[in-house]
Amino acid sequence: MHISDAAQQPVPMPPATKGLSSERTAYLDGLLSKARNAAAVFTQYTQQDVDRIVKPMVVAGLEQAQHLARLAVEETKLGVLEDKALKNMVATEFVYNYVKDKRTVGAIREFPERGLVEVAEPIGIILSLTPITNPTSTVLFKCIMAIKTRNAVIFSPHPNAWGCCHEAVRIMYETAVKHGAPEGVFSCLESHDLEDNAYLMHHSDIGLIDATGGPGVVKAAYSSGKPALGVGAGNTPVYLEKTADLNMAVVDILTSKTFDNGTICASEQTVVIDDEIYDLVLKKFTDLGAHVCNEKETKILERTVIDPATGFMQPKAVGQKATDIARMVGIFVKPDTKMLIAPILGVGREHPLSVEKLFPVLSVYRAKSVGEALKVCVDVNHAGGLGHTAVVFSRNDEVIRQFSDVINAGRIIVNSPGSIGAFGGVYNDMVPTFSFGCGTGGGNSTTDNVNIYHYLNIKRVARRTQAHMWFRVPNQIYFNLNAVENLRQVASSSTIIITNPAMEQMGHVDVVRRHLPPQTLVHLSVIPDAEPEVKTILQGVETLNFYKADQIIALGGGSVIDAAKIMKLKYESPDADLEELAAPFMDIRKRVVEYPTEKVHRARLIAISTTSGTGSEVTPFAVLTDKARGRKVTLADYSLTPDIAIVDPQFVMSMPKVLTADTGIDCLTHALEAAVSIHASPYTDSSAMQAIRLVFKYLPMSYAHPHDEEARSMMHNAACIAAIAFSNAAVGVNHALAHAFGARFGVSHGRANALMLPHVMVYNASVPSKFMPSPNQKGYVAHKKYATIADLLGLGGNTVDDKVKKLVAATEQLLDQLAIPRSIADLGISREEFEAAMPELAKIAFDDPSWRSNPRMPLVSELVELFWLAYEGRALGKTVVVPQSKAR
Amino acid sequence: MSKISAFLKIDAEHVAGDLQAAGAKLDGAPVETTLDFSAVSRINPKALVAMEELARIADEKNVKIGLRGVNVEIYKVLKLVKLVPRFSFLN
Repeated sequence: MHISDAAQQPVPMPPATKGLSSERTAYLDGLLSKARNAAAVFTQYTQQDVDRIVKPMVVAGLEQAQHLARLAVEETKLGVLEDKALKNMVATEFVYNYVKDKRTVGAIREFPERGLVEVAEPIGIILSLTPITNPTSTVLFKCIMAIKTRNAVIFSPHPNAWGCCHEAVRIMYETAVKHGAPEGVFSCLESHDLEDNAYLMHHSDIGLIDATGGPGVVKAAYSSGKPALGVGAGNTPVYLEKTADLNMAVVDILTSKTFDNGTICASEQTVVIDDEIYDLVLKKFTDLGAHVCNEKETKILERTVIDPATGFMQPKAVGQKATDIARMVGIFVKPDTKMLIAPILGVGREHPLSVEKLFPVLSVYRAKSVGEALKVCVDVNHAGGLGHTAVVFSRNDEVIRQFSDVINAGRIIVNSPGSIGAFGGVYNDMVPTFSFGCGTGGGNSTTDNVNIYHYLNIKRVARRTQAHMWFRVPNQIYFNLNAVENLRQVASSSTIIITNPAMEQMGHVDVVRRHLPPQTLVHLSVIPDAEPEVKTILQGVETLNFYKADQIIALGGGSVIDAAKIMKLKYESPDADLEELAAPFMDIRKRVVEYPTEKVHRARLIAISTTSGTGSEVTPFAVLTDKARGRKVTLADYSLTPDIAIVDPQFVMSMPKVLTADTGIDCLTHALEAAVSIHASPYTDSSAMQAIRLVFKYLPMSYAHPHDEEARSMMHNAACIAAIAFSNAAVGVNHALAHAFGARFGVSHGRANALMLPHVMVYNASVPSKFMPSPNQKGYVAHKKYATIADLLGLGGNTVDDKVKKLVAATEQLLDQLAIPRSIADLGISREEFEAAMPELAKIAFDDPSWRSNPRMPLVSELVELFWLAYEGRALGKTVVVPQSKAR
Repeated sequence: MSKISAFLKIDAEHVAGDLQAAGAKLDGAPVETTLDFSAVSRINPKALVAMEELARIADEKNVKIGLRGVNVEIYKVLKLVKLVPRFSFLN
C-alpha cells in the first residue's frame, strides 16, 4: 500500500483545486476515507475470498451487458448497441477466463530453483478515469481487476458517460459487497468536475491513477506526480501486403473498423496497400459495403471530419455510423454503407485524414514497393500512434519481421483485426484488456495490455543462493624425482620446447629431449628470461606454425610457461584478440569476453616448472607484457591450463638461495590467500592447508640445505598444490599490493609478496571496515581460517586471536630464516621516494583484480596504510603514521 | 493516586458494536481501558469506523486505550489507516 505515516500531514491543495468548496472537499474526503478503510480491510482477504467475489461480479456483468450497452449508447450517442454489449461481455467473460486461475494474493509465483518467490501487495486506492468511447466495458474490466487484486477504486467517468458508468459501478459494487467485498471498495463521483479529479489526483491516499482516455486525461494523470497508468490515443497503421489473404484481410478490417463505429483506439486508421493488389482490395471492400470516396469526396471529408484548426478528428463524428457521417458532410452513399474509404497521398498535416479517426472512415495509401509501404506506416505510426497498435497482413515472414522492427507499437497484430485483436484473448493469445499501454512513445509507463499485475505491487522474496563452485586441475600431474620420464608416454610427431637460455646452459633441455619418444621431431625455441612480450609470443607462434607442432613443452619458470600458454592460444586460434581477452572481469563465469573454442590447430601443452613458486604449470593464468603500451595484462581462462604438468625436483635442485626463498614465499602467499579467499571451498582448503604445512616444514630446509632432495621435492609439490588452490579460489590483497609495488620498484614478485604478507594477515584477521560480498560464506571467517592453519602447524594458542598472532609470528620467523628483508626501507628505498610514489601505488593496487577475492574489501586508505606498514616492517603490534600529504 | 482501569473483551462477531459500547463507557471514570482483541481474526470497514470514533472519543476524554491480542493482519489494517499511534498495543 502506498499510505505512509508521513502522509498524515495535511494534503497541500494543488493550484487546480483551490476553487473547491469546503463541502466538495468534505465529500471527496469522505469517498477517500471509505476507500481507505476498504483497502485496508481488504489486505486481510485470502485468495479464496477474492475469487469468491470475482465470479459473481463477472456473472452480473454478463447478465447486464445489454442493459449497460443500451445506457451507454443512449447517453454517449456513440457506437453500436450490439457491439457495446459484446465489449461488456469480453470485459467480463474473457477477462475472467484470464484471471480466474491467477494467484493475486500472497505468493503469486514461485521459482524454487532460483530461491525466488513473488508476493502480491495491493496498491490501496486507485483513481480510475474512464473514457467515453468504451465507458461501461472499461468500468467492468477495472472492477474485476481491482477485486482480484484487493484494491479499492474511485471512478471518475467521462462527463458524457457518467450515468452509464455510475450504473456499471453500482452493479459491480453491490454484487461485490454481497459476496463479501469490504464496503466502500468502489465509488463513483456523483458529478463530474475537473477540480475533483485534480484534488483526487494529488491526494496522498491515492496510490495509482489509472487513466484511460484522451491525451488531456493521460497528461494530467502523469503530471500529478503519482504512479500512473495513462493510456490513450493511437493511430493504427496497417500494411496490407501483396501475399496476404485478401478476403480475410478485407473482412477483418471491415469488422474492426466498423466495430462500435470505430470507437476503439486500436482500430485501423490508414491501410497501406501494395500497388499490385490495390485496385482488387478496394473492389473487395466495395463489394462488402464500403464506399470508396473520389477525390472530391475525400476533400470534403478532410475539411469536415477533421478540425482544420487542430488537425484532430471532430468530436461530432466520433462513434457515428458511416451513413450518418456521409449525410452529415454531404456525400451520397448507399444506405447499407458500412465504411467510407478515403485514398490519401501522404501523411501529416497536409493530409488531414492520416490522423486517428474514431469513426468508420478509413484512409488508404497506394504503395509502389515494400520499402515505400513501410515508410508510410512509420509515418502514420509517428503521427500520433507511437506505442499503440499496428496491423500487418502478410504471409511473408520477412515482411512481418521488418514491420515489427520499424513500427513502435505495444501491439503488432498480424493477420487479424486491429481493434478486437488488440483486446487480447479473441484473435490471439495476448492478455485481455480494455487499457492499452503505449510505452514511452505514447508517454506511458508500459506497452503492456494493462492487466491485474499492473494493479499489484509485486514483492520479490529472494532467498540466499549459493553460487556454483568449481575445482579444476590439469588432466595429468606427474611429480617426484624423475617425473620427466613420463614424457615417454606421450606421442608427438612435432614437439617444440620453449625455454630460456639458462635452461639450455644448465642441461635441462637435454634431459627433456632424452625422455621424449625417439620418433618425435623436436625443435627448440629459446626466449628471453623475462615476462613474455607480444613480439616474443608472435615469434613463437610462427615457429609452431612452421613446424606444425602438435606438442609444446614449456621448460622454465613462470615466464616461460606463461609464454607457452599464450603461444598455444594464438597457434590454435589465430584470431584470438589478446587485448580483448585480457578485459577485466569480476566473476570468471559471468565475464563479458569469451575465449575461442574454434581451433585451427591442436597442440598439447606440457609444462615443466623449474622454480618452486608460481605454480604456473597448473594455473589458468598467463601474464603478458605489452611494451609498446607500457603495461602488463593478465589472461585468465581454464583453457590456458597446461594439459600435463611435470613437477620434477631435479629441475630445481640448483636454484639459488635467494630464488628459493622468494619463490617459496610466493608459494606460501598463494596458499594463505587461497585459504582465506571468498572463493575458498573445502576442495581448495585441502590444497591450501597442505601447501602451507609443506612450506613451513620444507622451505627452511631447502633454503638451508639446497641439495636436500626431499625438501626440494616437497617444496616443488607445495608450489604446485598451492597453485591448484589459488587457481580455483584466487588470491587477495597481498598480490594486489605486491604487483603494484614490485612493478614500480623492480622488486621480484616473491619478495614483494614477502614484504606485505604479515601485514596483510593481520589486516585480514581483524574486523573489516568494509565486508566483501561473499554469498558462499556464512559470516566473516578469515581469522578463523588463520587459526585453523595455526592449529595445523601446531603453533598452540587458546583463542582465535592467540592463534592468529602465533601464525603471523611464525610467518615472520620464517621470513627471518630466509633472510628476506623485513621492510621496504631495508631495500634502500627512501621515505621521500616511497611517499612520492604512493598515490600511483595505491591507484594501481586498487585497480588490480587480485583483491576482488580478498575477505576484506580494501579501502584505498587501507591500501596506503598497508604499504606504509610494509615500509616500516614487522606486523605485530606495529603502528605507523601514514603521511597525510600524499596518502591518496 | 491509583489508576482506574477497565478491561473489555471484543467479540469477533460484534466488533463494531463492542467498540461503540466501549466508546460509550469512556464517559465514566476509568483513565485506562484495555480492549482484548484476541478473539478477533479480521475486522471490517464498520469496525474500522468504530475504531476511528473510539480513538476520537478517547482523545477527547483523555483516556488511554490499550489493545491486547491484536494479530498482525489487523495491526497492518490499523497501520494503513494511520490508527496505530492512537492506541497502545499490549501483548
